[in-house]
Amino acid sequence: MSVATRRPLTVKFVATSFLMLWLIVAAFPFLWTLWGSFKVEGDFFSKADWANSLFGTLTQSETGGSFTGAGYFGAWIQEEFWRAALNTAIVCLCVVTISLTCGTLAAYALSRSPYRYAFWLLLFALIFRATPPIILVSGYLLPFFEWNLWGHLSTTIIVLVAINQPFTLWMLHSFFKNIPKDLDESAMVDGCTRFQAFRHVIIPVMWPGVITTGLFSFLLAYNDFAVTSMLLSKENQTMVPKLASFLGTTQTKGNVMFAVAAVVSITAPLFVMILFFQRQIVSGLTAGAVKG
Amino acid sequence: MKHKSFFWFVLPSVILMLLFIALPIVSVVTQSLHTQHEQVIITVENCGPFGCTQAQSVDQEATQALRDAEPLGRFAGLEVYKDRNHLAVSDVASAWQNSNSYREFWNTLMNLPFYLALAFTLTYTAIVTPMTIILGFVVAIAINSVARSMRGPTIFFSLLPMIVTPLVGALILFWMVDARGILGTALQWLADDPSLSVKASTPLMWIMLMVYGTWSSIPFAFIVYYAGLQTVNQDTLEAAMIDGASRWERIRYVIIPHLAPLTTFIALIQLMDNFRVFEPIISFQAQAHARSLSIAIFTDLGGETRLLSSAAATSVLTIVFVAILLSPVLVRTWRDFGTKN
Repeated sequence: MSVATRRPLTVKFVATSFLMLWLIVAAFPFLWTLWGSFKVEGDFFSKADWANSLFGTLTQSETGGSFTGAGYFGAWIQEEFWRAALNTAIVCLCVVTISLTCGTLAAYALSRSPYRYAFWLLLFALIFRATPPIILVSGYLLPFFEWNLWGHLSTTIIVLVAINQPFTLWMLHSFFKNIPKDLDESAMVDGCTRFQAFRHVIIPVMWPGVITTGLFSFLLAYNDFAVTSMLLSKENQTMVPKLASFLGTTQTKGNVMFAVAAVVSITAPLFVMILFFQRQIVSGLTAGAVKG
Repeated sequence: MKHKSFFWFVLPSVILMLLFIALPIVSVVTQSLHTQHEQVIITVENCGPFGCTQAQSVDQEATQALRDAEPLGRFAGLEVYKDRNHLAVSDVASAWQNSNSYREFWNTLMNLPFYLALAFTLTYTAIVTPMTIILGFVVAIAINSVARSMRGPTIFFSLLPMIVTPLVGALILFWMVDARGILGTALQWLADDPSLSVKASTPLMWIMLMVYGTWSSIPFAFIVYYAGLQTVNQDTLEAAMIDGASRWERIRYVIIPHLAPLTTFIALIQLMDNFRVFEPIISFQAQAHARSLSIAIFTDLGGETRLLSSAAATSVLTIVFVAILLSPVLVRTWRDFGTKN
């Protein structure tokens, strides 16, 4: 940076303090909930003194220690949250694999076609992307009941893949646009068919874009509530609808700590994901925007 | 690319979108034109020692059989759209005629479930979108002017509110603003009112939902702006400085015009996402205070009796609003494409 654009101290100070404020707003709720999840309900929701949740006064008198894993035990073992976690893992894995397979093929074709119908397809994908998922769910329910498709994991997987498609197409489309056309065209001059050119020339260089898109597909599947809560039967529930069901049942039992433990359990994998893939997430968010 | 190979490449993706997005939309439109069969009434004659009486009763079996045979229900035309839970045509008309002032008309309108949901959804979208853009921009400018070593960790923590499951993120905030939570207690102390409860107050609930919406989308706006800031032409900035532009003038006349196309992009994505606001209302258990269009559909679908037709009609109306919302963008994209070729 040149001397001319160096920032004066006051500006630096204001910027840093504003940033600190934002960081507290962004991160504090998560730290607070993580800390509180190891307390008893009387401390997490403290009527007497808010500092109780910090020091765990009631936790100490009720359990003998400053921390308790009772919420986690109740949620994971007693309420069988592990089953939901397993379902989530299956759903996410399948959704990511299938949507990337269909998405790369279609997005590659879209990025290489000069015709007007390719544009129309993308435009329709944009309209589909704007349709709230809950609307589609209201269209699924009747046929799914009639044909006995309701409640199964596989149905939900296909539905989530389809809902992810428009987004996947747009994102991969912008990545493929950046891969020079000369690459696959020279392969075709050498005698490859279109598919061979894709298989041997494009696939080896497409991974950064595919991994980024995969992360976002994963997030869409992992975070979904509208589809999973309406289309899965009770025993096939994934983590997010299971958490929602805790809200209904446990509040009457007076054990909201199950839900708190579940919230922390759902957040933990996402935290690890940002830790490892921060660069890809940032590049994915900007891919569509900066390019146009 | 040849037409034939294009066809085979896009086939799986197009089939998926046709079957699970386009077809359900068609099915929703059809469903919205139908309504559940009415109950089958039979007249039974009971003859006793004091003569015969005629009684009407519902034939449960026949009703069930009819409903099972035609799950779509009977054709009703636009009946469902016009009923009190949707456009409420007759209520609106009579309110228009009988109200003495716009205010009175507005109050009647806000008592109708559909208009209330629409009002909330539009207010939410209209407030959260600009708030996100402004605050995201400020965070990006701030992050761009601190030391490089600080940027990585800052971005890491900033991503959290956006990446985390909406239902979970909203719950975390909800527990904190609970009357017994840390923020709730802080609010009570600030307002000097120990009985203050966000849960019990409609305006506070609306504000909290919008605070959550802004909180969870700032990271998106900020990341996009931050990436845009890296491509600002440094020479232009220096030239502006030599010409005597102050810090604010440089932001106003160099940086903001540079980021304008990004703003369009953020606004588009935010409009789409905010219009479908759904999860936070579930987390905040705010259905009594604030209902969005998505929530209206969700409540119709859940519960003991699935009101498929009612949900379908709300869905179609929502699609119409999404289309209106998107139309400027679509027209522009279409025009851009026209000029390119």
